[in-house]
Amino acid sequence: MNTMAKEIFGGRSQSSPYTLGNIEQGEACCTPIPHIQVENLSVSYQGKTVLKNVSLNINKGCITALIGPSGCGKTSFLSSLNRLTDLAPGCRVEGSIRIEGCAITAPGLDVMALRRKVGMIFQKPNPFPLSIRRNIEMPLREHGIKNRRELEERIVRALQDVGLWEEVCDRLDTSAMSLSGGQQQRLCIARALALEPSILLMDEPCSALDPIASAKVEELIQSLRNRYTVVIVTHNLAQAKRVANYAAFFWMSERVGKLIEFGRCQSLFDSPTHELTAAYVTGVSG
Amino acid sequence: MSETRNNLHNTPVSAFDSLAENANASRSSVRFSGDVTLTFLVWVSATLVVGMFLWLLGDLLFHGYSKLSLAFLIEAPHNSGREGGIAPILVSTLLILGVALLATLPLGLGAAVYLSEFSVGKTARLIRMSLNMLAGVPSIVFGLFGNALFCIWLGMGFSIWSGGLTLACMMLPLFISTTEAGLSAVSNEWRQGAAALGLSHAATLWHVLLPAAAPAMTAGLMLSIGRALAETAALIFTSGYVDRMPESLADSGRALSVHIYDMSMNVTGGDETAYGSALVLITMLVLISSVAVSLTNRFLAQRITPL
Repeated sequence: MNTMAKEIFGGRSQSSPYTLGNIEQGEACCTPIPHIQVENLSVSYQGKTVLKNVSLNINKGCITALIGPSGCGKTSFLSSLNRLTDLAPGCRVEGSIRIEGCAITAPGLDVMALRRKVGMIFQKPNPFPLSIRRNIEMPLREHGIKNRRELEERIVRALQDVGLWEEVCDRLDTSAMSLSGGQQQRLCIARALALEPSILLMDEPCSALDPIASAKVEELIQSLRNRYTVVIVTHNLAQAKRVANYAAFFWMSERVGKLIEFGRCQSLFDSPTHELTAAYVTGVSG
Repeated sequence: MSETRNNLHNTPVSAFDSLAENANASRSSVRFSGDVTLTFLVWVSATLVVGMFLWLLGDLLFHGYSKLSLAFLIEAPHNSGREGGIAPILVSTLLILGVALLATLPLGLGAAVYLSEFSVGKTARLIRMSLNMLAGVPSIVFGLFGNALFCIWLGMGFSIWSGGLTLACMMLPLFISTTEAGLSAVSNEWRQGAAALGLSHAATLWHVLLPAAAPAMTAGLMLSIGRALAETAALIFTSGYVDRMPESLADSGRALSVHIYDMSMNVTGGDETAYGSALVLITMLVLISSVAVSLTNRFLAQRITPL
């Protein structure tokens, strides 16, 4: 495998002209405390394995980026963390996933409560066709928060947290669909934050946005560090370098997605231990 | 100097001109005449359709207008319907429609939600196939079926119950398929988003899917009501023929469409009444449809904000 990769990618030079430049950020944010422990995770759809034997620990309060080419199982990995894989017919998840020590793959688990604790943001902003206020209020009410004052507080706080409050405070009752793409995505993040999760999963949250909106969302993600554990799938390597503390590199080999390398973001980009990672992060392959 | 510039400037333009001329000469005329034919055909068919509707409406108005009065609406028919009004028939029609809607709405909504949200694979395919087949069954067959099931087997006799339930059987396939199509057309992103927020299936349906599918449901309902109001054959065998005021839902009653059929086919000199009744029927249809649409819009304005 190693020699083959070397042949294909022409080896790796320490000072490749393709590197993305020096990494300013990406230090360990604090003492690493594992928040999500994944062991031997395999995901298959209708008998076809898309992800095999992934083991890694995602640390509390840090931002972990999942990088790699399309179709290598990053999204499957992400959606098995909040059991959204349950929605896909014929999807089987094997292995163990523990969040704060609790096995979430157990059959009797309260999936609704899990998803409240583990929020998810999608590639395409998906606010409901309700008003801005109702978008945040409705999930809160469904989770049993009925006190009007608390609802109001949470709505305002969530909108402030995502920097949307100033922009929408005078039109909370207009349709969320009238917001711009970037605002919609921040509303989706606010909607998840209002439920007070401890983990946020993001599936390419910026890829459907223009550069300015994308920068705003990225800034927002930065601000979530230390308060939430964030796992973000991104195809934008520069973004991964800018925001992430840890990075996991996935690759498709033998038609099955695998975790190739996982480590501190800086070291993964600066001194990858695997040829595939090196080739990918320097832009030679993938 | 200026000459050179002119030349330079002219060369590409003239080349382009000749290209355009070539194209004009060879193909454009063909394309042009094709466009004209297509436009003509489209206009002709549109005019025909609109014209037919206007003709029908005009004919009805022309013949039936003289019959139309308050007395026609609130009086009982006399002399086999040649004179008097259609009050008991209107009441029977509305009662039959009410019974049919009462049965169709909950059953149809439940079935549509089951089909689009819960069923998978073979069961769903089987149900869909039977619905499509049911939708194509001639109404006289529904009439005989309703007669056998509701009137005889369930002992309801010729009654508004029997008629309404038979109509419900006819409306269900139409209502279910339009509602299901409306639900399936709701973006999957909303389903995923709702699930990711830990919303239950019921909450997702209630807050997101059903409001988003409401316009499709109204459309389906209107089509079903149209089919029900137009129905004659199925009702002759089930809700009966008598033209007196029904005393209860277990009594038999004559529907408006049955009345029109009877007046124009069986009663000599009943044509005028038939036209008048047809005019009332069409007015009713337009009224119900506009009320339904405005109710849906109001509901949507509350539940869902306009896009």
